[in-house]
Amino acid sequence: MNKILRINMSELTSKIETAPEQWAGLGGRGLTSTIVAAEVPPRCHPLGPNNKLVFAPGLLTGTPAAQSGRLSAGAKSPLTGTIKESNAGGTAAQQLARMDIKAIIIEGIPAEDKWYRLHITLDGVSFEPADDLVGKQNFAVIDAMIDAFGPKIGVLSIGVPGELRMAAANISVKDPDQKIRSHGRGGLGAVMGSKKIKCITIDDTGAGKVPIADPDKFRAAAKVFAKALLDHPVSGEGLPIYGTNILINILNEAGGLPTKNFRYGQCDHHEKISGETMHETIVSRGGKHKHGCHAGCIIQCSQVYVDESGAYITSGFEYETIWGLGANAMIEDLDDIARCDHLMDDIGIDSIEGAVLLATAMEAGVIPWGDGKECQRVLRDEIGKGTPLGRILGNGTGFVGRAYGLVRVPVVKNQGIPAYDPRSVKGIGITYATSTMGADHTAGYTIATNILKVGGYIDPLAKDGQVELSRNLQIATAAVDSTGMCVFIAFPALDIPESFTALIDLLNATYGLNLTADDVTELGKTILKVEHDFNTAAGFGPADDRLPEFFNYEPVPPHNVVWDFTDKEIDEFWNF
Amino acid sequence: MNISIKLFAGFRQNRFKMEEREIPENSTIIDVLNQLGINEPELGVAMIDGRHVTTDHVLQTGVTISLFPKVGGG
Repeated sequence: MNKILRINMSELTSKIETAPEQWAGLGGRGLTSTIVAAEVPPRCHPLGPNNKLVFAPGLLTGTPAAQSGRLSAGAKSPLTGTIKESNAGGTAAQQLARMDIKAIIIEGIPAEDKWYRLHITLDGVSFEPADDLVGKQNFAVIDAMIDAFGPKIGVLSIGVPGELRMAAANISVKDPDQKIRSHGRGGLGAVMGSKKIKCITIDDTGAGKVPIADPDKFRAAAKVFAKALLDHPVSGEGLPIYGTNILINILNEAGGLPTKNFRYGQCDHHEKISGETMHETIVSRGGKHKHGCHAGCIIQCSQVYVDESGAYITSGFEYETIWGLGANAMIEDLDDIARCDHLMDDIGIDSIEGAVLLATAMEAGVIPWGDGKECQRVLRDEIGKGTPLGRILGNGTGFVGRAYGLVRVPVVKNQGIPAYDPRSVKGIGITYATSTMGADHTAGYTIATNILKVGGYIDPLAKDGQVELSRNLQIATAAVDSTGMCVFIAFPALDIPESFTALIDLLNATYGLNLTADDVTELGKTILKVEHDFNTAAGFGPADDRLPEFFNYEPVPPHNVVWDFTDKEIDEFWNF
Repeated sequence: MNISIKLFAGFRQNRFKMEEREIPENSTIIDVLNQLGINEPELGVAMIDGRHVTTDHVLQTGVTISLFPKVGGG
């Protein structure tokens, strides 16, 4: 992949550029972060003309390697004010890779108050009016595009919250089943909305295959890589059967399941919202418990969750969403949670930020605790329609906290804290505090080693070893996020050495390189430092690498522990 | 002595969610796994009172142990 597609929304022009030499070894997050750091003024307003929205498939995207179909989106985040990368499945990444598009850089803002649909083909970009799509939510946009172009059309779109530039707005990506995957975190939908882009359609007619320098070596490595995915009990068995929601019960047992807006570490109704119950429900109703987010996924952690009559409610029904609504917002009915998940896909808000902000709204007394029906109404009729209340909520957890004068507001760098309590799972607290992205569990998923005993074991309740664990995982994740691979390849990679070697062989075979494991580690370090330097120039410092104060003085049961890292201990993270 | 056992994920298949069991004094997690017909390599995590324990952990009367196969998510 060599082409950079640069789209200027101020002038409504586009051009193809050849990627500069220094971008050759970059893809996915490595490329989006490098471009944002190089071209976006760190102190710019995220919704202003100087921010840029960048999309990049990973280095292996479009090849036959399993799990390689992820698309990275990057910009300066309107939620956090930091650099942001958020990756998603769907069909767009593989389409762009096959079209030889290494990245799309969208810059500027139209002078006129007019909405556009960008239509991308091998011939270039056309700027189509989107008046008929404005005001529609994501499923209606996708359906309209399928009607117009057929089921193979790639779609990236925003709902009404994105149009209204709410900081929780995401970018939806059409998946192989015509449903939705999301660039969820960090409000990138608001950036797309600020540029007056309602929708991007991708028609890859005429695109070829992604070239592979050494096909024999690639085939051999791809086989080893896929075998490790299927052999490892987590990626080969646990995830396809139960999905990510298997974590509810184990986090509950470990006392790390944040409950009632981070008051408790265990939830009385955990069994009702658990992965085990969800699996039984899906199977008994005739849904699908195995399902992929992109072509070439063999882990199949997604699922199709259906109602009692067998009709679709939602897919890609994740642990973090179910935790956020089920335990943290106290909703006991999995069907209500599924309907909220569907609504968040439809209106286009991040389902982690959305769940955390709803619990914060409950803390504020705006919604009764556990009221799943009222949450659906608020999502659909307030946030989805941009009422004054909807705009307060749709700007994220931190904004809700400020609007209602709350103290127990779980955010780092203004991004909602996800599904693992940092007081009782201390490694993930280091990740939340130090991640260049704000509170983000995927940035350095210490749960693997703190709770699941994957890649060894480090006691979640002790401070020893957590900074080093989080650092090593954040470095490795930054590199994996550049390949277009799903983050769950980390489970076999942490336990089966051949799996990680095969990943490097796949890169070498595709590009005719001789990378070593050390090179991949160096890539991860470089990406983190590029992102950290951007954040520093944007005005962030060590004082921002902190958890909210309430974690220091509110002990979380059942272990009754507080967040007890010193500033000096946290700041040691960046010593590499 | 009497203990309680909680099983999760695939360990529940053809077994149970929670049961009380009578086991000999000084039994370990391995002894319980043997009694349940679970091979040790299948075990992901064993916990007592929310703390991870190793398979040679000697059980005290009245404890509740939670047993998980190798699972993950995120």
